[in-house]
Amino acid sequence: MGKKTSKQSGLGDKVVFGLALSAALLAIVTLLALGYQVVTGSSEAFDVFGLAFITDPVWNPTAGVNGSGVFGGLVPLYGTLVTSAAALAIALPVGVSIGLYLSDLAPGPVSRVIGPLIELLAAVPSVIVGFWGLIILAPWVSRNLEPFLYDHFGFIPLFGEPQTTGSSLFTGALILAIMILPIVASISRDLFLTVPREMKDGAEALGATHWELVRGVELPACAAGIASAGLLALGRALGEAIAVAQVVGGGSIVVTSLFMPGDTLAARLATQFPGAVSDLQVSSLYYLAVMLLVIGVAANLGAAWISRRFDITRKFA
Amino acid sequence: MSNVGGPNSAGFAIDELHEFPFDPGSPLVASGNLRRRMVINRIAQAGATIGAFSAVLVLGIMIYAVVSRGAGAITWEFLTKGPEDNGIGPSIVGTVIITMVATAIATPIAVLMAIYTTEYASERLGAIVRLTLDMMNGLPTIIVGIFIYGLIVAGRHQSGIAAAIALAVIMLPMIARTTQESLLLVPSALREGAEALGVARWRVITGAILPTVGGAILTAVVLASARAAGETAPQVLVNLVAPNEYVFNPFAETAMPNIPVTIYQLSEAADPTGFERAWGSALTLLTLILIANVVARALYERSRRKLESR
Repeated sequence: MGKKTSKQSGLGDKVVFGLALSAALLAIVTLLALGYQVVTGSSEAFDVFGLAFITDPVWNPTAGVNGSGVFGGLVPLYGTLVTSAAALAIALPVGVSIGLYLSDLAPGPVSRVIGPLIELLAAVPSVIVGFWGLIILAPWVSRNLEPFLYDHFGFIPLFGEPQTTGSSLFTGALILAIMILPIVASISRDLFLTVPREMKDGAEALGATHWELVRGVELPACAAGIASAGLLALGRALGEAIAVAQVVGGGSIVVTSLFMPGDTLAARLATQFPGAVSDLQVSSLYYLAVMLLVIGVAANLGAAWISRRFDITRKFA
Repeated sequence: MSNVGGPNSAGFAIDELHEFPFDPGSPLVASGNLRRRMVINRIAQAGATIGAFSAVLVLGIMIYAVVSRGAGAITWEFLTKGPEDNGIGPSIVGTVIITMVATAIATPIAVLMAIYTTEYASERLGAIVRLTLDMMNGLPTIIVGIFIYGLIVAGRHQSGIAAAIALAVIMLPMIARTTQESLLLVPSALREGAEALGVARWRVITGAILPTVGGAILTAVVLASARAAGETAPQVLVNLVAPNEYVFNPFAETAMPNIPVTIYQLSEAADPTGFERAWGSALTLLTLILIANVVARALYERSRRKLESR
């Protein structure tokens, strides 16, 4: 490198700054373009069905005037909310207790093995999880788990009569729970590790058992972070398309029993988009995408808002 | 508090504790029933341990299923021949090419973006860019697929490049966030020292800062490409109908065969004869991803050691 004049380095500065700025702008433009495209794509369906689309359970590509189809988004919307809520109900307590185990209970070497293994669970591609769910998990669930729940908890309408295939909202929720578990586990482990040593020592000096330490100190200190992790995991569950499409069964009616086939917004997009027959169907699928985007963005913004509002570093400062 | 007044496990009277000015109702107040507390403690600890091991068990069952059912399918022909000969050679090549192109697109943009937020942006703009990254990170991948479908595929044709761009959009926030976090960890002495010597800003960034975080960026890139390689949802929309032969050009006017879509199609076909090929494909994909994860972990350890030895 020869001697540089200030003019040259001024140019270099301008180039690097320009590149960095345009990369940042590109990301913002991409996100805006994505939102714009999905919304405009749905405009035809919005003109035809309006907001009633959201509460209409019919999805029939050949019905209606001149067979252009009648579409509504209630069934997949319901399926998305039910499967994601059930998945979160399973994954949140299990994930938090895994986080506790890794941060507090496991001896160092064990934690260093199990931690990466659980993160590896997150690295398994969704299509493989879904294929495994379809071939291995669904038959097992329909033969063992669903009859068990039906026999013992059948008085709860959610646990209706099991179907033969095992492709159901319930299996979908289990698959989602497996997929979001590592997110909850690794975030809550990191949270528990940030609880200051002094607070734990103080509780222990007062004679607290480990469980009382967890309940009285660690959980309250990490509550906001765990809520944020839960919303983040919920966002992931809402948007998972392939694995759910493989096991959820593609049902077309709103069902109370989790053991019946259902459908979710993302799964219906994955299964019907490639084979959509009419413009109105494509536009209705865009409408589903808008619904998914709104719920998903809400969950993610909620997670971001909580973690900013209850900033952990500020809390302990 | 049934046993108020009695000595508790810590050996001091509970009345004494009640005279404390702060939070007498806190759950930390000893109940005086040590046995019961220890039992509850034991149950809670056992529960957490079972939780952790059941997650590992699920992973074990899944990997066992893939290995035991897929291993039989793996032969040299399977890995190199096309679908007519029961092979997945074209899918392997397609996945590698698509992932490499996606990585080549996403990495420079992501690194530049991270540099912008940490080195140049005002607080306000930096916050906007970070929010954008958070939202991109949370986007359902199927919606990224719809976006790229509308942008590139609609009215034209499916292609490998469309898949690569969709995967790049998914990888972008992953790489950018890790890079950003490691850039913030760079000691300010490094920056200040270089600037005090009169080195231009861009030379400080390219010559002093980026090399220190190179290892962290590389780790993030490898992890993000492993994620992208297994990503199916966007490819189902923009790269689905592929020919049964090798496609090497991502700009060709045809979709590129790739492993995730192959597994998805075989599993949806409900034809059990295709399942063995699907398990074999799953094992191949999982092996590739596993290797990438091990490499990433090794890179991470190495770069951490390097940073610590400073």
